Amino acid sequence: MGATVKRKEDPRLIRGAGAYVADLKLPGMLHLALVRSPYAHARIRGIDASAAQALPGVVTMVTGRDMLPLCDPLPLASSGEGSEGGEVYTGRVRHVLAVERARHAGEAVAAVVAASYPVAVDAAQTIEVDYEPLPVVSDPLQALAPGAPPIFEGLNDNLDHRRRRQKGDVEAAFAAAHVVVRQRMLNQRLAGFPLEGRAVLAAPDPTTGGVTLYSSTQTPHQVRSEVATVLRLNENQVRVIAPDVGGGFGVKIGSYPEEHLCAALALQLNAPVRWVENRLEHMLATTHGRAQICDIEAAAAADGTITALRMRIVADLGAYPLAPVLPDLTTAMGVGVYAIPNVDLEAVSVYTNTTPVAAYRGAGRPEAAYYIERAMDLVAAELGLDPAAVRRRNFIPPDAFPYKTPTGLTYDSGEYDRALSKALERAGYAELRREQAHRRAHADPATPLLGIGIACYVEMCGFGPYESARVKVEPGGAVTVSTGISPHGQGTGTTFAQIVADQLGVDFDQIVVRHGDTATTPMGIGTMGSRSLAVGGGALMGALARVRDKAIRIAAVMLDVGPEEIELCERCYRVRSAPHRALSLAQIAARAYSRKLPADIDCGLEATEYFRPPDLIYPFGAHVAVVEVDPETGEVRLRDYIAVDDCGPRISPLIVAGQIHGGLAQGIAQALLEEVVYDANGQLLSGSLMDYAVPRADFFPPFTLDQTETPTPLNPLGVKGVGEAATIGSTPAVANAVIDALAHLGVRHLDLPLRPEKVWRAMRGRR
Amino acid sequence: MNLVINGQTYQVAKDPPRVLLWVLRDELGLTGTKFGCGAGYCGACTVHLDGVAVRSCQVPVSRVAGRAVTTIEGLARGEELHPVQRAFLEAQTPQCGWCMSGQMMTATALIAANPRPSEEEIIAAMDGNYCRCGAYARIRRAVARAAALARAATEAV
Repeated sequence: MGATVKRKEDPRLIRGAGAYVADLKLPGMLHLALVRSPYAHARIRGIDASAAQALPGVVTMVTGRDMLPLCDPLPLASSGEGSEGGEVYTGRVRHVLAVERARHAGEAVAAVVAASYPVAVDAAQTIEVDYEPLPVVSDPLQALAPGAPPIFEGLNDNLDHRRRRQKGDVEAAFAAAHVVVRQRMLNQRLAGFPLEGRAVLAAPDPTTGGVTLYSSTQTPHQVRSEVATVLRLNENQVRVIAPDVGGGFGVKIGSYPEEHLCAALALQLNAPVRWVENRLEHMLATTHGRAQICDIEAAAAADGTITALRMRIVADLGAYPLAPVLPDLTTAMGVGVYAIPNVDLEAVSVYTNTTPVAAYRGAGRPEAAYYIERAMDLVAAELGLDPAAVRRRNFIPPDAFPYKTPTGLTYDSGEYDRALSKALERAGYAELRREQAHRRAHADPATPLLGIGIACYVEMCGFGPYESARVKVEPGGAVTVSTGISPHGQGTGTTFAQIVADQLGVDFDQIVVRHGDTATTPMGIGTMGSRSLAVGGGALMGALARVRDKAIRIAAVMLDVGPEEIELCERCYRVRSAPHRALSLAQIAARAYSRKLPADIDCGLEATEYFRPPDLIYPFGAHVAVVEVDPETGEVRLRDYIAVDDCGPRISPLIVAGQIHGGLAQGIAQALLEEVVYDANGQLLSGSLMDYAVPRADFFPPFTLDQTETPTPLNPLGVKGVGEAATIGSTPAVANAVIDALAHLGVRHLDLPLRPEKVWRAMRGRR
Repeated sequence: MNLVINGQTYQVAKDPPRVLLWVLRDELGLTGTKFGCGAGYCGACTVHLDGVAVRSCQVPVSRVAGRAVTTIEGLARGEELHPVQRAFLEAQTPQCGWCMSGQMMTATALIAANPRPSEEEIIAAMDGNYCRCGAYARIRRAVARAAALARAATEAV
């Protein structure tokens, strides 16, 4: 553990030999294409598919009504209503294909199955749908306004739910404040944009009468349960396989209509049915992320101490409530790394006629870090203090852990000033401030404006309720691990193999880690929320401990000593007092499955363990961004970036660094580039790479990565999670840097993304 | 019509009109070349046409007849990896792996044309290949390393 090893995944990937869903072909496979609503909100009056049915190669065409007998409505997240006594029907219902109403542009209303994909697409284009356009609300604030047209029948408004977290005497703190800062901040809507879109291949399974479903998903067990529910099957009749998956970033969590549709049609047609998302479909029909508006107010004393915080967030859930808990994670994380005694934080979650919003790398926590870290800079600017000093004034001190936040969480561990001090030192902060002062004093109109941005983040990781691992030592001594987590680029198979090698005394090359197949892995939650190692690793450590204990018992019998006499060395189990008397795991395994095994020891050498994390864990870090703004064009050049991240011990340092690189790329892109845009009619204006700015190779400087290491007491490895950390820290760091560059022109806030035109206008308006 | 792919001749139908990417993937089973955007922006489908990197999602298959196509499957010589593959492996470049074939095909064409690319030339050449996992720092390093490995291999001959 902690060593630099080659990833087990890479040899096949660099040969182009990975097997992703769209690479799979089954005999007799049919292809599905969808008809999607061009309207953001419309009643479906009728569908004429006669031309499509007549095309050669078309097998069938189905509408929402056709699917009603085959599929129950899709699972929607509970918004908490009726939580005392079950669900209250509110008219919110989502079908595999829209039945009476389409609620966002891109919602599927009909499907064609054909012998080839081109035929399916051509046929889908001939289908005529008679739409009656309905009034559209694409803006979350308008969706809340009195008289806004409700998106769901039977509801009076577009409110999903509101949740408020209050503590202390906020009114009094604001009344007594030396200064109050207020700002409305947008956290713009983003697209996940994994380069592999979603893809599904469903095949009937004659053994169970159910289906085998290959899906590009992060959560195979959840998809299995949901498909079983919707198709009215037992869970053991549905097998979900996530083979190689080309990125997820949160948008491949849970089931989508296409998975149910392919499964139901495969069963009905008794043939494999495949659907592969195209890029426009991805932008229209795969969930988006973020999409919040926050009004924030902070009360501060003259020395920069924040005494109270108010937030009112309006969170856009899109057309269906798929992950309505995310805005409540934002308020839960509202105070960040700071000891703020008085809070009043509310999130109001609303429906709009847009693509549903759910998890995207960070999922609720980047929004919180952005708001509070921008607010710290606003307070610093208002008081004329250094942003680092204001942060230090307010940090939760290291001796306060475990720390109960006013929002009801318990931070397990943290040493925030250590991370910040390290980041500032690596950045050469004092020198940068001198350089900035010098440039401002010698204002040459052609010299780029220098900005330095700080962000100190804490995030919430280690989500339960459990994760699983099965460790099996094969009779020949090789070790097979099956895990409920489902990596899609994180290299978790490699990290797990390192842990197994270390804990069982077996060669790294003798270890196979299986994941992403509900038929061969124990129940699992999947890969999301930076939980794989913190929770999945906990299960793995539990199973390994049981296998190791048993191996020691068997070794003791074989060597005729007491089990306490056996110690595990690098590659053997040996007698402490006589190290030459040693056995390999293979020798022990052979005995475990043999007739010679004593009667009082159970046969075999394997264990399955479920780990239930006792509480959430809170990785943290400090980032510094250094930017130069072109005074002529408003273009922002990221000159330098320093990330100090504390994710606890690093089992696979290269993989951790890769996760930080990727997190930075996506977080910085939120600050400077990316934005999903709808017009007032709910039409998506950013449907391709020409309109949605995913960053490219030329965009980033080399990153400076460093770390502190504060292990969590809450899991056996002490690890905390790192998949989202850098996304969370980098958006506010870069935003703060750009605004810092313009601060002397009187700019105190700009909304993201900070593209050249916006920055140029801000500069132009101020001088 | 005959296509020469990775030195091997394949016979495919001339009609209906279709692009090289889908012929490779669906008809010939060469699935190492990936679909990313279908519009020529993302670079995931990059292959070589007479040694030049092209977007196979934009190339009509009729234009390919009689010319040499190389895909990711043709980069290694049997068990022996191409210097670009060795460098990408060494640098632990892949995360999800989806963009990697296109990245390596672009890098291979660059190095063939310019054995000593500068940092700026590497960035300019690789700029059309998106990596959503954000592995750009390692991609740049791997391409520079691949050029060095390729030069060493040439000098050794």
